[in-house]
Amino acid sequence: MAESLLEVNDLKVTFATEDGNVLAVDGISFTLERGKVLGIVGESGSGKSVTSMTLMGLTRGVNARFEGEVLYKGTDLLKVSDTDMQNYRGNELGMIFQDPMTSLNPVYRIGEQIVEAIQSHENVDKRTARARTIELLRQVGIPNPEVRVDDFPHQFSGGMRQRAMIAMALSCNPEILIADEPTTALDVTIQAQIVDLIGRLKDEFNSAVIFITHDLGVIAEIADEIIVMYAGRVVEQGSKRDIFYDPQMPYTWGLLGSIPRLDRPRPERLHTIEGMPPSLINPPEGCKFRPRCPNAFEKCKEEPPLENRVGTPGHLDRCWLDVEFKRGHRDETISGGSVEAA
Amino acid sequence: MVSFLIRRIFGMILVLLAVSFITYLIFFKIPGGDPAQRIAGRTATPANIISIRDKLGLNHNVFVQWWDMMKALLNGTLVSYYDGTNVVQQIKQGIPATFSLCIGAAIIWLGFGILVGVISAVKAGQASDKVITVLALVGISLPVAWLGLMFRYLFCGENPNGLAWFPDGGYVPLTQNPWQWFYHLLLPWFTLAILFIGFYGRVLRSNILDTINEDFVRTAKAKGLSSRRILIKHTLRASLIPIVTLFGLDFAAVLGGGAIITEVVYNIQGVGYYAAQSIHSQDLPPLMGVTLYGAAFIVVFSTLVDVAYAYLDPRIRLT
Repeated sequence: MAESLLEVNDLKVTFATEDGNVLAVDGISFTLERGKVLGIVGESGSGKSVTSMTLMGLTRGVNARFEGEVLYKGTDLLKVSDTDMQNYRGNELGMIFQDPMTSLNPVYRIGEQIVEAIQSHENVDKRTARARTIELLRQVGIPNPEVRVDDFPHQFSGGMRQRAMIAMALSCNPEILIADEPTTALDVTIQAQIVDLIGRLKDEFNSAVIFITHDLGVIAEIADEIIVMYAGRVVEQGSKRDIFYDPQMPYTWGLLGSIPRLDRPRPERLHTIEGMPPSLINPPEGCKFRPRCPNAFEKCKEEPPLENRVGTPGHLDRCWLDVEFKRGHRDETISGGSVEAA
Repeated sequence: MVSFLIRRIFGMILVLLAVSFITYLIFFKIPGGDPAQRIAGRTATPANIISIRDKLGLNHNVFVQWWDMMKALLNGTLVSYYDGTNVVQQIKQGIPATFSLCIGAAIIWLGFGILVGVISAVKAGQASDKVITVLALVGISLPVAWLGLMFRYLFCGENPNGLAWFPDGGYVPLTQNPWQWFYHLLLPWFTLAILFIGFYGRVLRSNILDTINEDFVRTAKAKGLSSRRILIKHTLRASLIPIVTLFGLDFAAVLGGGAIITEVVYNIQGVGYYAAQSIHSQDLPPLMGVTLYGAAFIVVFSTLVDVAYAYLDPRIRLT
């Protein structure tokens, strides 16, 4: 078994707001091994970004409360002091954000910003750090890095900025790369390039990746394990094979149905999940997806625990429906019901 | 850059001409504005007034009058209607005192303003922030004239029960005695600076609190930088850009005569003092000189601010 880098046990994050307490993440657990890619999928407000930012210690604040454990190589990052956390950020855990247009400081050159990251963790002189920066920019596919290193962010396109962000996140050889919707702000062809790049660099840098997205299609290529989140809870968790070929949660079906696929008949229109995610201040009773679920029945008023119902090891879900019933009915959602004649 | 500067200089000249012309027109529209009538006095005969008009060149078309005055000002031959002193000479004499007052006050207000802004932003919502906010609002609301008089009353021996820590007004040139220069200016500096300290502190506080939520600050944090470095290099750097504009224009305004009240209260015979005198005696030539002197600072500094902007924010191109 590969080396385990990160073990998250029943992590809960609560924010106190003026309207009441928001339980943004309610009990997420996973283990991340070196060389693996974990995908976290869900709509806006499902708690996936809060989870990733919490791993980095970026959600700390007077109004935030944490429970559970985030064990990085045995150290609980939730208990590490703010000052010591600086040594983990960037150095052990690197992070890429959603919007490359605003994530780089507009007034400093690309190179300066990466050099700054290197020098904050390693005792190297400017020239060494700069040489490494140029090498990193080459690795992420920036043409002419010796020249472009002195460009300002506004002289880079969106895709190039995201590449520069990746270079920055990898500049101190972190063990784990956390990518929070790294492709959402990019157009489709660039998305594929960035996903490929992250997958390739993960092997080159011998690290692990947590890839957060709302688009299952994006991580179909590279994820090993997938966690589906809804309203702060994990609703389904399993290997990529489990999630794509034997999904147990109607919410997962909805997500699968909303991506265009080449390996299934083409529906007239893509599936949409009706309604909106619930408020996290006053979540509905029972299963949180019940108000939007077409298959909801009486028992759903009681919240189903996250447990293994299918039998496949490691495949967990939160749904009361009968497994065989689901296997017979899920394609209506995933493939859009009315299938166009091929 | 060069074409930008050329165009700006051309624009500045136009603005200054417009300012001087409008000043000229306004002067003759205000009650008692006619200098001939004022000079001739209460028992003037019409013939008397006409002869004074003639002497001052006021019987020409208004454009010609204005243009003659501009020419005299540029040649340095413009003199006061009443005492015949040379306007340019008088302004030049006032400049060392005005510059001493304004530069010192500017250093104080910029330094303290940034300090106040940073502290209250870092402590936002806490007790120290609230105390600073109240003090800043008090500082902004205090009229300079009142504040100056209070300082004199409390610290300059004006009041038999008060303190006499500072000299009661006056100005000693730097070249004559640097210590006395400093000693005489300390209270005027703070009197002038307090309003700006409060104002800059408030503006900077809100700029910092806006910038803290920017994505690039989060990136800086995710890189593992220390909070001090994030504050100074990333947050403060971005938050100070709008302060540069404010400072450029405010500094220009006080240099250009905005310190008029402070100068009068502390009897510092600078350009502002001269302006106050000429307003009092409704003397057009010095007013024209002082107005253009002030307007020149405003237009020059607003160009400097634009140049500084392009330097501070690489996304801005001067075209």
